[in-house]
Amino acid sequence: MPGSLIPLAAYQLVAALLFTIGLVGVLVRRSALIIFMSIELMLNAVNLSFVAFSKQNGQMDGQIFVFFVMSVAAAEVAVGLAILVAIFRNRETANVDDVHLLKG
Amino acid sequence: MGLSILWLVPLLPLIGAIVNGVGAGRLSRKVVSGIGVGSVGISLAIAIACFADLLALPPEARRVTQALYTWIQSGDFHAEVRYVLDPLSAVMMLIVTGVGFLIHVYSTGYMGHEKAYGRFFSYLNLFMFSMLTLVLADNFVLMFLGWEAVGLCSYLLIGFWYERPAAAEAGKKAFVVNRIGDWGFLLGIFLIFMTFGSLDFKTVFDQAPQRLAIGSSVATAIALLLFLGATGKSAQIPLYVWLPDAMEGPTPVSALIHAATMVTAGVYMIARCHVIYLLSPFALEVVMIVAIATALLAATIALVQNDIKRVLAYSTISQLGYMFVGAGVGAFGAGIFHLMTHAFFKALLFLGAGSVIHALSGEQDLWKMGGLKSQLPKTHLTFLIATLAIAGVFPLAGFFSKDEILYEAWVRGHPVIWTAGILGAFLTAFYMFRLYFLTFHGPSRLTEEAKRHLHESPNSMLMPLTILAVLSAIGGFVQIPMLPGGQRLEHFLDPVFADGTAVVAASHAAAQAPEGAEMLLMVISLAVALAGIFTAWRFYVADPAIPRRLAEQARGIYKTLFNKYGVDEAYDSLIVQPIYRGSVKLWEDFDVTVIDGAVNGVGRLIQGGSSVLRRAQVGYVQVYALILTVGAVVVIGYLALR
Repeated sequence: MPGSLIPLAAYQLVAALLFTIGLVGVLVRRSALIIFMSIELMLNAVNLSFVAFSKQNGQMDGQIFVFFVMSVAAAEVAVGLAILVAIFRNRETANVDDVHLLKG
Repeated sequence: MGLSILWLVPLLPLIGAIVNGVGAGRLSRKVVSGIGVGSVGISLAIAIACFADLLALPPEARRVTQALYTWIQSGDFHAEVRYVLDPLSAVMMLIVTGVGFLIHVYSTGYMGHEKAYGRFFSYLNLFMFSMLTLVLADNFVLMFLGWEAVGLCSYLLIGFWYERPAAAEAGKKAFVVNRIGDWGFLLGIFLIFMTFGSLDFKTVFDQAPQRLAIGSSVATAIALLLFLGATGKSAQIPLYVWLPDAMEGPTPVSALIHAATMVTAGVYMIARCHVIYLLSPFALEVVMIVAIATALLAATIALVQNDIKRVLAYSTISQLGYMFVGAGVGAFGAGIFHLMTHAFFKALLFLGAGSVIHALSGEQDLWKMGGLKSQLPKTHLTFLIATLAIAGVFPLAGFFSKDEILYEAWVRGHPVIWTAGILGAFLTAFYMFRLYFLTFHGPSRLTEEAKRHLHESPNSMLMPLTILAVLSAIGGFVQIPMLPGGQRLEHFLDPVFADGTAVVAASHAAAQAPEGAEMLLMVISLAVALAGIFTAWRFYVADPAIPRRLAEQARGIYKTLFNKYGVDEAYDSLIVQPIYRGSVKLWEDFDVTVIDGAVNGVGRLIQGGSSVLRRAQVGYVQVYALILTVGAVVVIGYLALR
């Protein structure tokens, strides 16, 4: 990578680490809020690797893609939080284990 | 001008039926009568105008068709709604509209106290439309439509008083029995289409002599299948059993449908298809034998029946037999002539019987009548004329027509048929005068209830009786053989049957009896009729002990006749019960186990399968997320490592 001391692999490592932390958070935490935050973490891990690859290849596509991901993420959080508030008002809980009406 | 509005003849009663049907219960009785009787009356006027126009044409040109629209168009096959007016259909049209009109008028009096007045007239008008469609149709498809529609009307009107189980049963029986005949008729039509590729009367009958050899099996098959249809509609052996039960319907219906018009549809159909019948001597022989057997069988049953309408019903079956004998010996014109005179006097007999029943507040048992001559003078007089006419007494209508048939049977070389016909004529005279004497003569056997309400019928009922009595008296004069210019009806019908005559001209020399034989045969049949009347008088007026003594002495025969030879019971145990029991078996064994089992099995299979599969739906979001993750890992791992 020209003009930089940090190799690409380091970015990838951090991104993978962040993604894994997010994934584990989604899978093991029970609070819907934490799960949301974990999802944000996963999205940003992806963003990080997008930017790194973009810089490496000298193309802007990846960086533009990041903007899209961020705007979609913002929208998703807005909707998600609204749903969360609605659920909380109805059931007085933000615990995803307590919301299982679709159980077969 | 008449011929151009021929299509209005069937259409007007249809409009009447629709208006009365839709307005049933809302229109007043006056309006219903006006529409019901008026539509048929206008129809009759148009029919007479058409007839006059037809007469104005030269005899060879008397075949007018009127196409309304193409009804069915499918590949090579097409059927039009097209009416044909030729001498044969003109005669039928006049009988149907004329007798129909009189019976409509009569019904306004007879059914005056009826709750469902509008429904009655709606059905009656629908029948008129159907029957006129049947006789005016110019192809087999339209004829079949009329054929089925008159069957439907017959069913509706037999079961008119559907609250009575007997009436509902009788309607059902008529419908089912007719279905068997219709099945034959339909197969016959299919066979005609297969053979000729067309169902138009003209095409089929013009081609028939070229396409089919005399005696060919196809001609025989078509003729016999069509005859099966005729036995159903016209109550011949083996399908006659529905007609006596059809007497459960109102009496005007019995007069119109089950005596004068609908039941003669079979005779008309065979006359219409005479070319095919003449091509198959075997089929004609079958027609002749079945017909004479029916005539005698029904006449013997009629000897001992006690219900006034049932006697008349068996008499109708017997007279229809005579018409088929006429057709069977190849004298189609004579059959149609008897059809016409029979329509007059049998309608009159039924209407007269209706007048008696009306006067006695619904009594139908001959043994609870008697001595009505003085109380019902007008009914009595008209009834006497009709009875003389059917018995074949000179110079009333029945004499000429029955004699014509028997004469034709004789000169065309069927002396056995002639003898049987003469025997039948004796029986006819006997049972008809038995009916007459028991009703109008002898001591009164009325119940007290009936005596109190005894009254002569209103004018709306007596007027049709009078007109029909005049027709029954003079109807035969259109066909007096001896007079110069006689046999007018036959000459009028000649163009229709001319192609048939051409067919058989090769095989038969024109039959002609020696001079004087006709006179002798006439005298014999008249003598036989008078002998029958005299015997009835001896039995039921002079010495009433004789019939009882005879019934005692010949107990077996009496019982057999009284039970109508057990035909109904035989049909019941041989056909109805096995089918019924078989159906129950099929229902219990096949429907319940196999059909229901299959349907329920499919349901149970899906239920069972889903009870296993639904375990996957745990309802915990994170389990789904985990499955998603594992799936993604597996897919990516596969793609990366392959």
